[in-house]
Amino acid sequence: MNRRAWIIVWPLIGTAAAALAWAGFAPIHVPSHDELFEIPKGTYARRMKGDKVEILPAQIRLTLGLNDVLLLRNLDEVPQVFGPTIMMPGQSLRLPFEKASRYDFACTAHASGQMTILVEDEPVMPWSKIHWRAREWWENRKK
Amino acid sequence: MRRFLAIALLSGAACAFAAEPPRVAAPPADLFKAGTLSPVMPAPALMLEGSDGKPVTLARFRGKVMLVAFGFSNCGEVCPITLATLAGARKKLGAGGADVQVVYVTVDPERDDAAQMKKFLGSFDPTFVGGVGTRAQIDAAEKSWGISSVRNTNADGSYAIGHSSSIYLIDRKGGLRAVMPYGHPSDDFVHDLKILLSE
Repeated sequence: MNRRAWIIVWPLIGTAAAALAWAGFAPIHVPSHDELFEIPKGTYARRMKGDKVEILPAQIRLTLGLNDVLLLRNLDEVPQVFGPTIMMPGQSLRLPFEKASRYDFACTAHASGQMTILVEDEPVMPWSKIHWRAREWWENRKK
Repeated sequence: MRRFLAIALLSGAACAFAAEPPRVAAPPADLFKAGTLSPVMPAPALMLEGSDGKPVTLARFRGKVMLVAFGFSNCGEVCPITLATLAGARKKLGAGGADVQVVYVTVDPERDDAAQMKKFLGSFDPTFVGGVGTRAQIDAAEKSWGISSVRNTNADGSYAIGHSSSIYLIDRKGGLRAVMPYGHPSDDFVHDLKILLSE
């Protein structure tokens, strides 16, 4: 590679290295511990008409120390059972997690009747922070 | 060029520490360990026979903090662990434990009568009260509390019951305040019960 090409390549490598260093060492900032999901009005009625509506993801991923509280709002007109409890219309459930694990809950807001919550350890090491940031960016990109 | 790369890495790391605001503060200690319901609504009704010979209703225990759970006396794992945890929490509360009432409702009315539940619960804590009744009464209680129970029959005709395993925390006024999923240690119950007992 000639000298002119290196002049272009090295700044790119440097920028990528600086970005990686930032992603690996910077504290992760989140606006709230709460990860909010809502069961919209009319969910039950739509399901009764045969519509296999999926209003919540089958799997929710939470991270300890960052977004480790599941906040679920029942905006439907009928009670909904979510995992450990029955939620009346207009009611919210705030469910904190303190242990990394996989939690399987029954959920009437799902067509399958099941919901999985994956709670992961807080990303502390540089690689885990890079991984967390990359995944967040990827998932937000799809939204 | 290597020097350039090193400078880039160091400047990236330096930016990381200098520019990023601190992440959100940890939640305050007065928040429940259990899942909390908002707004608070009255707990679903219970109209059952008690293992102590008296009716089991929410009104009977009004003024106390109640822990309500569902299970059965032949349960091999979940129920004994849950009951041992609740008994441990009551004990750790000391005198405050007297204001905590555990009600354990059977999901197996075919095998659990009042005497059976009294014997079963008494091995954990003699103050625990079991809720028993007919199949129709138990089905009604399960429906209103959002409880699921499924009977799994073995080849030899014996059976076990898979059931909801959460514990419901009810305040002194009868409001359903929180739901503790299965698996929390007794210290988490102590933490939340102290909040409810102080109200």
